[in-house]
Amino acid sequence: MERDFEEIFQDKIDQEIKIEPKDWMPEKYRQTLIRQISQHAHSEIVGMLPEGNWITRAPNLRRKAILIAKVQDEAGHGLYLYSAAETLGITRDEMYAQLHSGKAKYSSIFNYPTLSWADIGAIGWLVDGAAIMNQVPLCRSSFGPYARAMVRVCKEESFHQRQGFEILLTLGKGTEAQKRMAQDAINRWWWPSIMMFGPTDDESPNTIQSMKWKIKRFTNDELRQKFVDVCAEQIKILGLTIPDKDLKWNESTGHYDFGKINWDEFWQVVQGNGPCNKQRLETRKKAWEEGAWVREAASAYAEKRKQKQVVTAA
Amino acid sequence: MNLLHYTLHLADNALIIGHRNSEWCGHGPILEQDIAISNIALDYIGQARNFYQYAAELTGNGATEDSLAYLRDAIDFKNCLLTEVPNGDWAQTTLRQFFFSAYQYFLYEQLQNSSNQQLAAIAEKALKEVTYHLRWSSEWVIRLGDGTEESKQRTLRAIDELWSFTGELFTPADYEQQAVTEGYGVDLSQIRENWYKKVTAVFEEATLPLPKENVWMQTGGKTGVHTEHLGFILADMQFLQRAYPGAEW
Ligand SMILES: [Fe+2]
Ligand SMILES: [Fe+2]
Ligand SMILES: [Fe+2]
Repeated sequence: MERDFEEIFQDKIDQEIKIEPKDWMPEKYRQTLIRQISQHAHSEIVGMLPEGNWITRAPNLRRKAILIAKVQDEAGHGLYLYSAAETLGITRDEMYAQLHSGKAKYSSIFNYPTLSWADIGAIGWLVDGAAIMNQVPLCRSSFGPYARAMVRVCKEESFHQRQGFEILLTLGKGTEAQKRMAQDAINRWWWPSIMMFGPTDDESPNTIQSMKWKIKRFTNDELRQKFVDVCAEQIKILGLTIPDKDLKWNESTGHYDFGKINWDEFWQVVQGNGPCNKQRLETRKKAWEEGAWVREAASAYAEKRKQKQVVTAA
Repeated sequence: MNLLHYTLHLADNALIIGHRNSEWCGHGPILEQDIAISNIALDYIGQARNFYQYAAELTGNGATEDSLAYLRDAIDFKNCLLTEVPNGDWAQTTLRQFFFSAYQYFLYEQLQNSSNQQLAAIAEKALKEVTYHLRWSSEWVIRLGDGTEESKQRTLRAIDELWSFTGELFTPADYEQQAVTEGYGVDLSQIRENWYKKVTAVFEEATLPLPKENVWMQTGGKTGVHTEHLGFILADMQFLQRAYPGAEW
């Protein structure tokens, strides 16, 4: 019986028919998606912090407005994604608890600090850029609610990337101090950004199953290569440099070659030893704990209202 | 000069309370509310820009919205003290928003009929936003006032903290009086009663005691005598413009 279900399920996927929350699905598919979507949602929420760090110091009113809107967009993405994950039978509070306990991960990139205004440009260009590369294929995820959430998210992410690029472009055309600021930001964000695609394919044992289920469409290395190819061209417009002496066009592959990634650093940050891991998680926990009385008051009030309505109706 | 000061006063109010609200972005108690308060902050930055752009026109000499926001010191800022008070907890932030939105609602309602077409147009557009801010903040005051014992205590503490800053909203500075005389400004004595009625109604629903009307009130913000907080807000906000003079961003 289970066998038949599984065959029908895979059949749908092969025919590109979306799986919806009420459809039968293998437990492993459900669990993998919960992990993937909640991790993504957490990344949006934690990702608000490094950029939020510069809202009060944005250099002019226009940039300030754009930055607030951007960080607010990320909150919105978190919201859509938590809702998508909830359709799989987990609550938002449970997901928060997993984040706060360290059980659930979020994108390691947000464990790096934002040290200057140029970091806001570098994050938009590189981090949102890498996110788009990862996420555009997810608009075709086999799981309906995730695919639909990603369509909305990707539209906004491409705005973010353009805004980031424009910040760097302005700095690149600016004073010596601004150019230095921009170059320094790219130096610090480049390698962590290409690590965002995850370990190399031979180190990603789950990729095959995920591709078969169509919750992953390209391998980590394929996406990383695409990203490097795009950035290697765009950096020329910025008049700045990518901090990789091995980056060069390879005629025979039709791609850019690039240098060796420091995977030791990658795993260290994943394991909690990045420059801001503790601080980011503490900030999220603090917001949650300090908000407890607000949430309690809101539900106590809602309860009172309900009682009143019952009385009036009776 | 009066018109410029009046316009700057309106701009500074929006910028400073917007700046304060934006400090919540990423730290709100509920994700939906994080979005809501960031949205209010965004509305305020928009209002501030509209007023500053007009003020820059009046100033001439190459002034811009940014030179006005980023290159004046505290002594020239004309925002009400209420807007610069620290966020405190969610009770204090939402109560500050309620007091201020109720004031802005009645102010803009009048200002949209101003004889000055620029001010009238900005006010008309902003009134739609403020109508929402007022509803949102009223709902929070009611929810927290009539929520749990803790939320009530926190709201009472917030009232205690903020009430003495509400008098300044209705104490006209010279440029406000002139603005009324010259026909483009709002007579604050006329909106005060509506404001108090609104506060009374919301507090009643929130089961909160109404503070006494005639107690000592702090003033000074409108004429550049601020709390100690404003200097820090400006130090933060103006840092890049001050550290790298003349740069484009
Ligand atoms: Fe996002
Ligand atoms: Fe994202
Ligand atoms: Fe983004």
